[in-house]
Amino acid sequence: MRGREDEWTGLMRSAMAGDDAAYHRLLKAVTPVLRAAARRGLARAGQPPDQAEDIVQEILLAVHLKRHTWDSEAPFAPWLFAIARNKLIDALRRRGRRVFVNIDDFAETLPGETPQETASAGEVTAQINTLPQRQRDVLQSIAVESASIKDTAAKFSMSEGAVRVALHRGLAALTAKLRDH
Amino acid sequence: MDTDQLIRSLAADNAHRAPRVGAVLTMALLVAAPLSILIFATFLGVRPDVMSAMHNPFFDMKFAVTLSLAIPAIIVSLHLSRPEALMRGWGWLLLLPVGLLAVAIGSEAMMAPAMPMTMRLVGKNSRVCLVAIPAMSLPLLAGALFGLRHGAPSHPALAGALAGLVSAGLAATLYASHCTDDSPLFVATWYTLAAAFVAAVGALAGSKVLRY
Repeated sequence: MRGREDEWTGLMRSAMAGDDAAYHRLLKAVTPVLRAAARRGLARAGQPPDQAEDIVQEILLAVHLKRHTWDSEAPFAPWLFAIARNKLIDALRRRGRRVFVNIDDFAETLPGETPQETASAGEVTAQINTLPQRQRDVLQSIAVESASIKDTAAKFSMSEGAVRVALHRGLAALTAKLRDH
Repeated sequence: MDTDQLIRSLAADNAHRAPRVGAVLTMALLVAAPLSILIFATFLGVRPDVMSAMHNPFFDMKFAVTLSLAIPAIIVSLHLSRPEALMRGWGWLLLLPVGLLAVAIGSEAMMAPAMPMTMRLVGKNSRVCLVAIPAMSLPLLAGALFGLRHGAPSHPALAGALAGLVSAGLAATLYASHCTDDSPLFVATWYTLAAAFVAAVGALAGSKVLRY
């Protein structure tokens, strides 16, 4: 457990230093842990576990948009679990349940407890369709068609800078819509 | 969109660098301050006898009290803008103005009273104080909330209350230069009431706008 968390901290430090691949690996590595915790939270609230993926995606978006609040001298896991806990409580509250979410839900993931590799979620998909055209196009291109920033820029005859701006704004708008809807 | 696809788009946005919460908070307060100063200059102004008042330690003490509220409140609110932050170990910073006031009240009590206690307590400006501090706080409160929105506080109402204390502390610093009531008893009563009101407004607003 310690080793895993140290590895996360190292990856996040590299990510903040500009290593996109390290960031990708980190997000992939934390996702099963978040998924297991979201399922457990839903189960305890008497909710079906199929909404877990929506919550996982909301947590990932929040992690992304608030990563400047992480202190690179501090371990990554407590920061991550605090954001995850906050988002899980919010999600359950929106579904009309008041539950106590234990921080140990995140820390105590048993090895081997890795439910399905990836899953689709309804809420993010639904909200993407309400984004402005350009942001939606850029997000679709990068996320779904796995095009690079460069290829996306060429495809829509935009500058790479404009693609980056549209991508970031799209992600920020998506997060706001998920929070407020 | 499946989660792998979302992760891919987040990784593609890794180059985006957001400024620190402290930088955004500082900027927002600097933008809001002229509005509060405008309210001050239009309706209040510095008291006419300010040059002689500066020799009165109780006049100077008012600024020590208000700044010892505003500055620690900024520090604690920045601490709480990190999601994993706890109040434990930081709350005592907010007791600094309380301690200063207690010392000031004690030293005033040991001096020969210039005025009866009820006069010192009620003063001449209690109503102005209760209106002016919240009014001058409002632009600063909006600025502080805007700045803290950039953070990720786990307790939005608490962070909002701290934004209220930041703005009330700064507004009270302005107000202190206008008010002719220098007794620590006056400050302890009316400044505290005004600051508590602004903190409550901040908590209410914070619980709405500081969720992330």
